Amino acid sequence: MSAAPARERPGDPAYNFAYLDEQTKRMIRRGLLKAVAIPGYQVPFASREMPLPYGWGTGGIQVTASIIGPEDRLKVIDQGADDTTNAVSIRRFFHRVTEVETTEETADATVIQTRHRIPERDLTENQILVYQVPIPEPLRQLEPREAECRKIHAWQEYGVMHVGLYEDIARWGHIARTYDYPVMVGGRYLMAPSPIPKFDNPKMTKMAALQLFGAGREKRLYAIPPHTDVKSLDFEDHPFEVQKWDETCGLCGAEDSFLDEVILDDAGGHMYVCSDSDFCRHRRDAGHRGAMAGHEAVRVLTEQVS
Amino acid sequence: MSAPLLQVEALNQRFGRIEACRDIDFVMHPGEVIGIVGESGSGKTTLLKCLAGRQVPTSGRVLYDMRVKGPTDLYALSEPERRLLMRTDLGYVTQNPRDALRMGISAGGNVGERLMVNGARHYGAIRDTASDWLERVELDPGRIDDRPATYSGGMQQRLQIAKTLVVNPRLVFMDEPTGGLDVSVQARLLDLLRGLVRELGLSAVIVTHDLAVARLLADRLMVMRRGEVVEQGLTDQVLDDPHHPYTQLLVSSVLQP
Ligand SMILES: [Zn+2]
Repeated sequence: MSAAPARERPGDPAYNFAYLDEQTKRMIRRGLLKAVAIPGYQVPFASREMPLPYGWGTGGIQVTASIIGPEDRLKVIDQGADDTTNAVSIRRFFHRVTEVETTEETADATVIQTRHRIPERDLTENQILVYQVPIPEPLRQLEPREAECRKIHAWQEYGVMHVGLYEDIARWGHIARTYDYPVMVGGRYLMAPSPIPKFDNPKMTKMAALQLFGAGREKRLYAIPPHTDVKSLDFEDHPFEVQKWDETCGLCGAEDSFLDEVILDDAGGHMYVCSDSDFCRHRRDAGHRGAMAGHEAVRVLTEQVS
Repeated sequence: MSAPLLQVEALNQRFGRIEACRDIDFVMHPGEVIGIVGESGSGKTTLLKCLAGRQVPTSGRVLYDMRVKGPTDLYALSEPERRLLMRTDLGYVTQNPRDALRMGISAGGNVGERLMVNGARHYGAIRDTASDWLERVELDPGRIDDRPATYSGGMQQRLQIAKTLVVNPRLVFMDEPTGGLDVSVQARLLDLLRGLVRELGLSAVIVTHDLAVARLLADRLMVMRRGEVVEQGLTDQVLDDPHHPYTQLLVSSVLQP
């Protein structure tokens, strides 16, 4: 998180280091410090224009731009993978304006910007996880009035959130919400974890890495400091549960990772693979083989992922 | 006699040059049902909101006998303290149930909401309690998962009453609870309310322009006119032997064929 040295500033000389000017970065860092001091609390900030439209992770990009230093190694994931168009373009952007090293190795990264997933591999205290957040307000669906939302947060009148969960159980027999599943942070603030699957919620609690959240369009920052308690809302008789699959990863055989369904051909052939491509590759490198490994239909896919 | 549940002292409410409530003083004891009658524009709904913690009066005090603190001015409490009191001790039934119900949430979710807001976290227990309350207000528990939009106006009002009473409030405020309903529906709802008031020993303040509602539900009446209480006393006394000319006018208009 060290500031760039004034001389021999790396990156495209047409831009300030990491694109944002130093004053803006200081403003965002002040917001982040406040967010860390009040875990789960949404801090307003003056979101800047970025060379990407809202909805493409401008909140996360501004957070990353404010904390990244020349010594950092950046990993960007989108839908769990490093090779999606969005992840690639964000990684290229940062490489251009900072010349920092980028990596697909979760373990090697010091800053990981993400949308949709938390890496399967445990993160450490030397890492920062930056989330791109579209809708930071967990109460939005129940309470469209901003002023009323602030009161509910201030006075912790969160019981109304359970009405939504009650409705789910009444209708479906279980809590149907599968992503952006609301959590209580540090026993105080209700927080929207961004569009990660609820599968990832347990990873947020007591995580060693610092977790920072940026919402560009909604102009909000929030944070979970390392080793903070994060609890998913539930009922005593309907405890929180993560998604489970009957299948295992077709490539690496993992039984405990978040799986995506992949269509293989026009005849309806499909398989399940780890959504975390770095995790899957490490398992295959370590000799783990899934049921579809070596299958001709997946050879191209494996080459793409590797 | 037990300590008063509610003491209202020199309450005034002005909106600009309009005096909606002027110099209101009264004392209410636990288990009492007080009716506030008067025509529309008499200030009775404004007074009710002031008593219920929903409208800060221009001057005067509303002392509520809190469980721990004893008599405390509602408006001397901090907003979170007052909101906590309003969702645990106080209930409020509005004339239009749509103002109080969440129309996109099932009947069970509506009745269970206050339980959840007050900390209930056992789905089965919340559902059982909600189902029980639907029965008590004579709604079919089989429709617990239906949305209020599919209910008739009278049923919606029953649902609002269940939603209000489910947390066993110590004091309930009702604003024209039978207003806006067909006469036959009104009569059934009135019977239901009377039964609940007796069964639960409710303390309630009921605003109505309908003297028949007041007669059936209230132990005591306050007659309001242009922001002032012009007459108060036991319901039967006020209605059978009204002293103030305005009360006499109200009563005689009911008796006209
Ligand atoms: Zn795998």
